[in-house]
Amino acid sequence: MSTTPPASMEHAQKAPMSDLLICEHCDTVYRRRPLARGEVARCARCNAVLERHQRIGLDAMLALVATVMVVFVLANAWPIMTLGLGGEQIHARLWGVIIMMWKQHSQVVAVLAAATLFFFPLCKMFALGWLLIFGRSGRRAPGFVSVMVVLHYIGPWTMSEVFVLGVLVSIVKAQMYFDVMPNIGAFAYAALALLITVFSSIDLRQLWDEIPAEPSP
Amino acid sequence: MSALPRAHELGLIGCHVCGLVCRDNQVEDPACPRCGSALHRRKPQSCARTWALLIAAFLFYIPANVLPIMRTASLGDVDDNTILSGVVELWVKGSPDLAIIVFTASIMVPMMKFLVMTTLLLSAHRGSNWARRQRAMLYRLVEFIGYWSMLDVFVVALLTALVQFGFFSEVAPLPGVVYFGLTVILTMLASQSFDPRLIWDCQDEDD
Repeated sequence: MSTTPPASMEHAQKAPMSDLLICEHCDTVYRRRPLARGEVARCARCNAVLERHQRIGLDAMLALVATVMVVFVLANAWPIMTLGLGGEQIHARLWGVIIMMWKQHSQVVAVLAAATLFFFPLCKMFALGWLLIFGRSGRRAPGFVSVMVVLHYIGPWTMSEVFVLGVLVSIVKAQMYFDVMPNIGAFAYAALALLITVFSSIDLRQLWDEIPAEPSP
Repeated sequence: MSALPRAHELGLIGCHVCGLVCRDNQVEDPACPRCGSALHRRKPQSCARTWALLIAAFLFYIPANVLPIMRTASLGDVDDNTILSGVVELWVKGSPDLAIIVFTASIMVPMMKFLVMTTLLLSAHRGSNWARRQRAMLYRLVEFIGYWSMLDVFVVALLTALVQFGFFSEVAPLPGVVYFGLTVILTMLASQSFDPRLIWDCQDEDD
């Protein structure tokens, strides 16, 4: 694997800024070079990832967003798990969990769960969908800049994949005393976790370059 | 100038929000021409903010571990669980593998975050160039695994919603879980406000 060449003073003064790349973790400046399929450029100083080859184009990204939305609806509409005791059955859905925590004097937890498992992921999907629908025809969506900034800030605050592990642990814990079955929601959440993993390799910053601004008149 | 020039040596600033490389025009309060965010060389008051958030997180971490996080009541028989006793219960009652996962997420990860962030802050204060690559790696590790500590909070929430049979059997959250949730959020904010570029900000360039 060839390495990304560092920039020099000459490049900094003459090369267009889009040819340069700064490592976010240590501020080292590199000259950007095209990456081959599957290649990852790493910083020679701190070994952080500089850039990945983006094999997923705008169309595929939009398809992925649509898939995530369908799975997200399934994961929230169907019960995650069902507990049977005697003749009685209790279903737990995400919103049931959130409302129950609110009622049980743990409003902080209810708000955290609602934000990280429902509102932020939803926001992210709608925002991306909005940008991509316009982006496919080569245009920037209205509010492109602010939506991109919002996406940057909510990035680290979605926790659906942690929730999936939580579902697994609570099924095992409840199984010690009760008859618990994972329901459709649990499988939808597992699928969601897989899709999110695919998503995590996509650097959303590429949208700045791939959907260029119209030249100002 | 070394072989690996840094942004300030070339008169450049990288936007922290959108990544655009900008020329440093030496104006006051520069803004990124692409996304409009304020440009700065380093995250503003990174050390002070990180210390404050880390100390706050640690203060919440004490009640999070001492106070019980979940009450299991069954036919009048009340059992309060702390984070640690929940792990022990899982271990004893037949799921040692899950017990290890929960132990890692709820006890090892927060402890490691406190240790790593304190080390990073102290060494950044001293401008030390000890084990810089390893410290940079530790920072990325903390960023990557930080939010998995929410696991226990979600487990308590799920069990509460699931086990609701009144007097017969009931699970309820206890204050410990709130403190624990806050600890996780505060440690995440702390690691986000730390600027890893500080690790490399010392005069001595040996690479």
